[in-house]
Amino acid sequence: MKSSDLKRRSLVFSGIIILIAIIYIARLSHIQLISSDWSNYAAMLTEDRVRLYPDRGLFLDRNGELIVSNIASYDLLYKAKDAKELDTTAFAQLLGLEEEKLVKQLEKAAKYSKSKASVIVKQLNYLEYMNISKELYKYPGISSKTRSIRSNVAGVAGHLIGEYRETDRSDLDSDRFYKLGDYKGKSGLEAKYESELRGEHGARYHIVDIISNKKEIIEELDTMPKPGNDVTLTIDLELQRFAENLMEGKRGSVVAIEPSTGEILAMVSAPFYNADDLTGSKRGVVYDSLRTHPHKPLHNRAVRGTYRPGSIFKMVQGLIGLDEGVIKSHSIIECNREIIGCHGAHTADNLAQAITHSCNPYFREVMRRVVLQGEDANPLADASIGLEKWSERIKEFGFGTNLGGHLPGTRKGSVPSSEYYDGVYGKTHWGYSTIYSISIGEGELLTTPLQMANLACIIANRGSYVEPHAVRDIGGMGKPQNSYITHTISVDSHYFEPVIDAMQKVIEDESGTARRARVEGLKICGKTGTVQNKGKEDHSAFIAFAPRENPQIAISVYVEYSGHGGTWAAPIAGLLIEKYLTGEVNYEHRLDRILEFDLE
Amino acid sequence: MSYRKTSILKNIDWTLVCIFVVLVLFGWANIISATSNFETYEFLDFSGKAGKQFIWMGICTVFALVIINIESEFFIRTSVIQYIVTLILLVAVLVIGKKIGGARSWFSLGGLSLQPSEFAKPTTALALAWYLSRDSSKWKSLKARINSILLVGLPTGLIILQPDAGTVLIFAGFVFVLYREGLSGNVLILGFSSIILSVATVLFGVTKSSYPIVGDWSGIGWFWVGWLIIGSAILYMIREATVPRKRKSVTTWGSIVLIAGLIFSIGLHTGMDNVLKDHQKKRIHVLFGIDVDDPDADMNIRHAKAAIGSGGFSGKGWKNGTMTAGLFVPEQETDFIFCTVGEEWGFIGSFLVVVLFAVLILRVIFIAERQRSKFSRIYTYGVASILFMHFLVNIGMVLGLVPVIGIPLPFFSYGGSALLGFTFMLAVMLRLDADRFKMLR
Repeated sequence: MKSSDLKRRSLVFSGIIILIAIIYIARLSHIQLISSDWSNYAAMLTEDRVRLYPDRGLFLDRNGELIVSNIASYDLLYKAKDAKELDTTAFAQLLGLEEEKLVKQLEKAAKYSKSKASVIVKQLNYLEYMNISKELYKYPGISSKTRSIRSNVAGVAGHLIGEYRETDRSDLDSDRFYKLGDYKGKSGLEAKYESELRGEHGARYHIVDIISNKKEIIEELDTMPKPGNDVTLTIDLELQRFAENLMEGKRGSVVAIEPSTGEILAMVSAPFYNADDLTGSKRGVVYDSLRTHPHKPLHNRAVRGTYRPGSIFKMVQGLIGLDEGVIKSHSIIECNREIIGCHGAHTADNLAQAITHSCNPYFREVMRRVVLQGEDANPLADASIGLEKWSERIKEFGFGTNLGGHLPGTRKGSVPSSEYYDGVYGKTHWGYSTIYSISIGEGELLTTPLQMANLACIIANRGSYVEPHAVRDIGGMGKPQNSYITHTISVDSHYFEPVIDAMQKVIEDESGTARRARVEGLKICGKTGTVQNKGKEDHSAFIAFAPRENPQIAISVYVEYSGHGGTWAAPIAGLLIEKYLTGEVNYEHRLDRILEFDLE
Repeated sequence: MSYRKTSILKNIDWTLVCIFVVLVLFGWANIISATSNFETYEFLDFSGKAGKQFIWMGICTVFALVIINIESEFFIRTSVIQYIVTLILLVAVLVIGKKIGGARSWFSLGGLSLQPSEFAKPTTALALAWYLSRDSSKWKSLKARINSILLVGLPTGLIILQPDAGTVLIFAGFVFVLYREGLSGNVLILGFSSIILSVATVLFGVTKSSYPIVGDWSGIGWFWVGWLIIGSAILYMIREATVPRKRKSVTTWGSIVLIAGLIFSIGLHTGMDNVLKDHQKKRIHVLFGIDVDDPDADMNIRHAKAAIGSGGFSGKGWKNGTMTAGLFVPEQETDFIFCTVGEEWGFIGSFLVVVLFAVLILRVIFIAERQRSKFSRIYTYGVASILFMHFLVNIGMVLGLVPVIGIPLPFFSYGGSALLGFTFMLAVMLRLDADRFKMLR
């Protein structure tokens, strides 16, 4: 080979060098300039983010009074690595725990991780913690952590507001917002408005080295937590508190609504419990005792209790009868007690009288006329067609619906349809005579106290209602937009007046069933209901609204196993209406009677 | 006396000196950063690594001045002695050397550690230059070829025994020297082809496939089938395109290549499957981006890339690297020093370093080609090859393009022996170059 050929080989070598340099520069530009993966990965490795928790939004009443706020609680943590010669006897004594139990817990924590602190005692309150904290220095390996929990400072509406407690596995899987040990709203309004209440996390960044030692703070990356929105409820704290006082020792519910807006003014389910007892270190014990209590204090009767509506339902029948044109307000129907029994000395009533007297044969006849309108020659088929129409009209009143579902846990109750009876008896194997007990609010009908209070609203508004709700304002932005729909019932508004006349008489007439709800100077309209229980005391039920013109409050009261609607439910409603409209209670005797009445 | 001195200073290649000084100083700046942590910054604390490196830089400066002032003839004449001394040291280190990190590569003299393999690189280059520049050594002769390979192979073998895979790889660079002196280009092509074939074998080797009769097996089988069918087809087309009288030799050589390639691939695949240990397989798989299902297997290289990537365009600034300060990258003051460059000086800094190295090596080749003396040319080519292999393997490694093999980045990495070795190498080259107008061998 010639030496000039060999000399040319230097170019081959140079070319390889340049090629490698170009490959490396291309690689560098990819890693450093084009892809952000590697710098993100470096940030993940070197920046340690400490999560800063926001303040949870408060619950306020309609006048801005505080109902639920946040308070500090203290967890005790145990790190096995640092705990040398821990005097478990003295420590158990300090905590007021059994030593054996404590030792077991410490062993479990040590097994989980020796170098990671795990919680051994949860949610000590301020006083408990202050007593312990002065002694903690004696116990190496024990440290404390503050967290924010809820306190129902007003001590009311536990059912409605619900619980704020530790997340479980499914919460952590479904929402990356939460980390193990975080709390969230788990029931009631706490759960429903979780995304509004919880706010946004902030972060504080530290630079860390490879063994995760914190080194420097990087302030420019820090973000402040954004507090959650305060939720202003429609609840009137004073009325709510008074209603809870009245229902103390009873089983039942109170639902009070402002008819013009659908705003819940008070909502009580009795027996109730102190919401704060379900937080703190004793939650487990308290929860178990509530869960196993025979009177089911955890059950929110106001929205989940289903009762047969009883006599109160007769007003709905009357309204539909008028609108269908099958009766006039002055039509008189004989009180024929052969098929169905009745009470009182009347023999034939018009509509107002029938409501006042709660005449069973009257409304059996009204519903018969509504259902059997001769659409089909076969009376059985006619009943099927008629019932379907009837059941649609009943649903307009909100029965068999969840009324928009704005209140957590709302049940629909049930309104039987033709299909339902077809299932029970077989198609065209039933007629009106099979089902007439629903005409007086018995049989297969099931309604909730909320639906009954809503019925009072419909009558007060002469034919319309706004879906009942408990939230007035979120974070100063007003009501959640477009969410509370106004429903208008297809019963002509002038048909309501004879019904309302009758309701006023229920309270004001000498022979009215709800004389005990009467308040001097207030035009209250109401209707009692008595839900029969076989072999047991009846449920006492009552709905009312007041004043008659421009109504401010509509109400339903249920007192279980207590007797006639006029005996207990009516006076409770009377006291609540008096308190709400006049601001005071003058019927002291009536008040004492209710407060002394204890079913426990 | 004074006349001679000025003439040498005049003939010194100052471009190269400048690049050398810039690289050493920039390297030192990065060592300072890489050996500092969040709390303390070492500067001239001589117990620290940055301080020690500073002392080494002083020693090297004096050493370089001394070497520049030695006549070129001295190196030519003593090259064999130097080579023999090196061999003795390499044997000695196996016996009395200190074991660091699994390899017996170090002499421990008081507080000082010396790595004889660092000096073996320039002395082997000198010895090879001496041998091939003799009039009697004709590359054409088989004896000369075998002797050249033995010259390089002897120290390489001793280093394998340490074992120090990185330095062994550097010695493979001497193939470029031999190429320049007449080794067939086919050897380079063969080497390059075997690398490509190896990569393909590894990539196909980890896939799974199903076969008629045999059932499920590695996807490499299809690769071998394809190799034969497509290879034969290509060979046939080449044969048809050549003039008839050459067809026979095309058929013969083509068949040899096809079958040799197949045997190579089969051998590599079974070898990898049966001989390599799991962690070694993992390293190879990590390099090819094959998921190894072990977060620790490629942690070092991921951290290295994260450090470089996080530097962005202009870097985080000197001593501001959080990956560097947090000690995320292992051996960041030695083999992985380029990570600190990437993180703190960004693309600008790392681009500059790559370009400076490329320019340095190209300059060395340029110097080699202007030598009239065969000895100087061969030695200088040796220098270029050694620098190139360091550049190729070290930067390729931190960029995740070459398997993790521990070798230093010249002038940058902390370590006295390496700096002294490279200084010696370049100083001898500068002196030979300065004497290029003299009649040397």
